Amino acid sequence: MTSETILDVTDISKAFGGIQALFKVSVKLNRGDVLGIIGPNGSGKTTFINCLTGFVKVDSGKVVYNNQDITGWAPHKIAHLGLTRTFQIMRPYYSLPAYKNLIIPLFSPRAKKFGGWRGGGKLGDRNTVSIDILEEIGFERDSFVPYKMASTLPTGYLKRLELARCLALKPEIILCDEVFSGLSASEIASMIPLIERLQMDGITLVMIEHRLKELFRVANRVMVLNFGQKLTEGVPDVVMADERVKEAYLGSEDLTDYV
Amino acid sequence: MNGVEGRKERIDRGIRVRASGLYALSSWKEISYLAVPPLVLIIGLMILPLVVTNMYWQRVISIVGIYALLALSFDFLTHFVGLVSLGGAFYVGVGGYLAAILNTKLGLSPLFTIPLATLGGAAICTLALLPCLPLRGVYFSIVTLMYPLITARVIEALNILGGTDGIVGVASFPNRWVEQYSLFIILLLLLFGLRRLVNLDLGLVFRGVKDNDQAVKASGINITFYKAAAVFVSSGMGCLGGAYLVHIYMWSGISQLALDFSIIPIAATVIGGGGTLVGPVLGAFILVPISELLRAFGTLRIVFYSLILMAFIVFRSEGIMIYAQRKYHQFERWVKI
Repeated sequence: MTSETILDVTDISKAFGGIQALFKVSVKLNRGDVLGIIGPNGSGKTTFINCLTGFVKVDSGKVVYNNQDITGWAPHKIAHLGLTRTFQIMRPYYSLPAYKNLIIPLFSPRAKKFGGWRGGGKLGDRNTVSIDILEEIGFERDSFVPYKMASTLPTGYLKRLELARCLALKPEIILCDEVFSGLSASEIASMIPLIERLQMDGITLVMIEHRLKELFRVANRVMVLNFGQKLTEGVPDVVMADERVKEAYLGSEDLTDYV
Repeated sequence: MNGVEGRKERIDRGIRVRASGLYALSSWKEISYLAVPPLVLIIGLMILPLVVTNMYWQRVISIVGIYALLALSFDFLTHFVGLVSLGGAFYVGVGGYLAAILNTKLGLSPLFTIPLATLGGAAICTLALLPCLPLRGVYFSIVTLMYPLITARVIEALNILGGTDGIVGVASFPNRWVEQYSLFIILLLLLFGLRRLVNLDLGLVFRGVKDNDQAVKASGINITFYKAAAVFVSSGMGCLGGAYLVHIYMWSGISQLALDFSIIPIAATVIGGGGTLVGPVLGAFILVPISELLRAFGTLRIVFYSLILMAFIVFRSEGIMIYAQRKYHQFERWVKI
């Protein structure tokens, strides 16, 4: 793993009315990192990703990606640079078959840069590339699953479709918003090799996750958020031994806090 | 279960065309299965001007063609881009006035005014609607509804563009054959062109914007650009209709900004079946003549018209085309349970 910084987030804050969703959160990502973000519900994890990808405008702070200040940019421009994301609540195009879902990212300026006007360069048109990506992500090529309407696909496949949309853009970073949530243990078990593959391909990953056991298998660093603030950051074992993290997750055992 | 011995089962017809495109050429049956429905439409539209001999009804079928164009543009924007625009009258008005000005002031013939009014009008409409493009759903509809109303009042109050009298003395078409056949041919070209477009990769982006604009943004695509492009196409069709209308009536005025041009295409889309593109065209060819026939009832016309519309919506809310397509592609049979 190189130590080249790919994403540098400095002191970003965001308030929705009176609720301080994020307060001065800073984090540095090196190329090839897998950063886990954990924290109780409402601690600002998804807002953090929304701020990085431009879906929410930050109030203050700076996001620098590949030595370029992208603070306040529009989402499509940020995605164009290769900083992609998945959505916690899956956002497929329900009226299209699964493989046609990928035509849209493959039609983006970024994908055209790699794939030419047909979408796949020498590999073929966008339909071919789309089926290739879907196979990579776990849709069986010779089955009917890639041709099924997205509205009829089960959660597991929709989560994969979210990842596939990012992959179609040839991303440098994927921000995964709870890709394991709502999946059965066996589905998660089949997803983990996939995540490891992405990591081996040199893609930097940020994963919001509640399934800590699975997360710690892949993540090399963990950041803990609580009430919009960064509690701590470090190697998974060290972080989980931290008293403040236990407190945030399980509540304080010391009732004097509430008096 | 007493009384219930079976249920209706719906099965796709055993036609191989659906399995793969190449099979379409395997037999006459397969070819005709694919080719007959569009041919019926094309031949129907082509013989319509020949069979209508009454002067009054000849005028009606020209107007129907314009409404069909508007309904097609509404269906495209609504069901494939997700923008429910009530600004149909604005498009017609812009196209109409532009064609009238080009014709009376610059003396251009309809051969040039119509394309110029289409493209220029589309550009004007797109620029005018640009600030509203981030809006979604009912908010976009309400704002677009304001455009024709504002424009009409501005023309009236400032007494510009001929004020309430409008612009008179616009050239007409050489004869009704040119008028009707050119309109119907353009209508068919746009219909089949749009049907082609929405299944291209580019069209899928439009449909993606409708289904899930956030996901399109996350895919690195500028949705405002694609929305603007779709509005350009759709408003261009409205302007084309407006330009035709002006040359048919040889007059351009505030009544071209009347809400009929926003509302009737929507009714035609509902009746014909939204999202089929051909449905709204058929809807217009049903609705507008019905409205003309009902003139016999005098002031009660709107009552009967509304009742017919309500009956359609209550009993066939899916629309004629969706119903017809289902009957064409599938059959039903009773099975014992």
